[in-house]
Amino acid sequence: MRKIKDGMIKENPLTVLMLGLCSTMAISTTFEKSFLLGVAVLLVLVLSNTIISLSKKWIGKSVTTPSLILIIGTLVTILELLLSTFLKPLYDAFGIYLSLIVVNCILLGRGLQVAMKESVRNSFVDGLGIGLGYLASISFFGFFREILGNGTITLVDATEKIFGQKIVVTLLQGDYLPNALFISPAGAFLTAGILLGILGMRRKKHETH
Amino acid sequence: MKLISLFFTALLAENIVLTKFLGLCPLLGNSRKEENAYKMGLMVVFTVVLSSFISYFFYYQILVPTNTTHLRTLIFIFTIASIVGSLEILIKRYMPTLYKSMGLYIPLITTNCAVLGVSILVIDHAFSLLETLVYSLGSSMGFLLVIYVFSTLRVKMENAPVLEGFKGTPIAFITLGIIALLFTRYGL
Repeated sequence: MRKIKDGMIKENPLTVLMLGLCSTMAISTTFEKSFLLGVAVLLVLVLSNTIISLSKKWIGKSVTTPSLILIIGTLVTILELLLSTFLKPLYDAFGIYLSLIVVNCILLGRGLQVAMKESVRNSFVDGLGIGLGYLASISFFGFFREILGNGTITLVDATEKIFGQKIVVTLLQGDYLPNALFISPAGAFLTAGILLGILGMRRKKHETH
Repeated sequence: MKLISLFFTALLAENIVLTKFLGLCPLLGNSRKEENAYKMGLMVVFTVVLSSFISYFFYYQILVPTNTTHLRTLIFIFTIASIVGSLEILIKRYMPTLYKSMGLYIPLITTNCAVLGVSILVIDHAFSLLETLVYSLGSSMGFLLVIYVFSTLRVKMENAPVLEGFKGTPIAFITLGIIALLFTRYGL
């Protein structure tokens, strides 16, 4: 339990370790997409950590990285095939960033640092904690960007097939906000900078007290 | 003419770092020194062009005829890992000074999203071979440009009177945001 909490707060992959930024920034234009990418990364991370830990005996030292990439790549390919068959709209919405989970530094980093050393159980728990931390922060980031950029929260859009209808809640309407800047790429950088800055200031305050 | 415009679109208006967020990790991690930044950038240019060229062949000569295009992510990442591995061996052998300063970072090029990203984008755009070369050169030069510009700014950023909590990554992101605004124009 404590390890899961650590993964979510102390070792949060996005806000503290700064890993896996590419897909986060690109996908976080709507809440739904961010949440689902978070779920995808969580799934792949838990599975890859477990599988790597199970097979660490057979992975030679000189081929560690390629072997880990093979394991992660296989999992991502399975995910790609599943999504393109059953949830085509979501697959299209993710675009190249679904394939780019392979080079997401979180997965390889946890594989090398944790799964290659720790027991299967610990690796599983670590994957769960880090994955949930990623899920929480990317969802929050997507929530923030969508509400400021578009004034809405998309709950169901690409997954319409499962829920039967689209659910988009409009929350903010006004002259200056929502502002499409927050959804544009430049806005992603600015929003991330400001949010991280506020987090950093709070952390500093925490330390001095 | 079309190729020239493709090159400049990839270099500036659709810069992979600023509009597609590819290659952010090395940009934030490896841009403290101007010298290292452009060395890193040049190695990425080399890897991106070579890997998208080879991936292009693999995709159209092997994967499409055998109807296994769903394996492209795996095949591409292996192509990239092999190229980066060879690059490391070559640099170690022929450029020992470069290896001394950059050796630790060379394997990380494999996990640079820009490399895999461009290989996949080339296939998604259904480019011809010539277009592939021009696009991969343009977009990787775009990475080189941004990492160099950013590294020159970074020195100033470190000495600037920034709020305590904003030091480091947050201010780096805000700076990148402003660069992105200039490169891509607001809202596009």
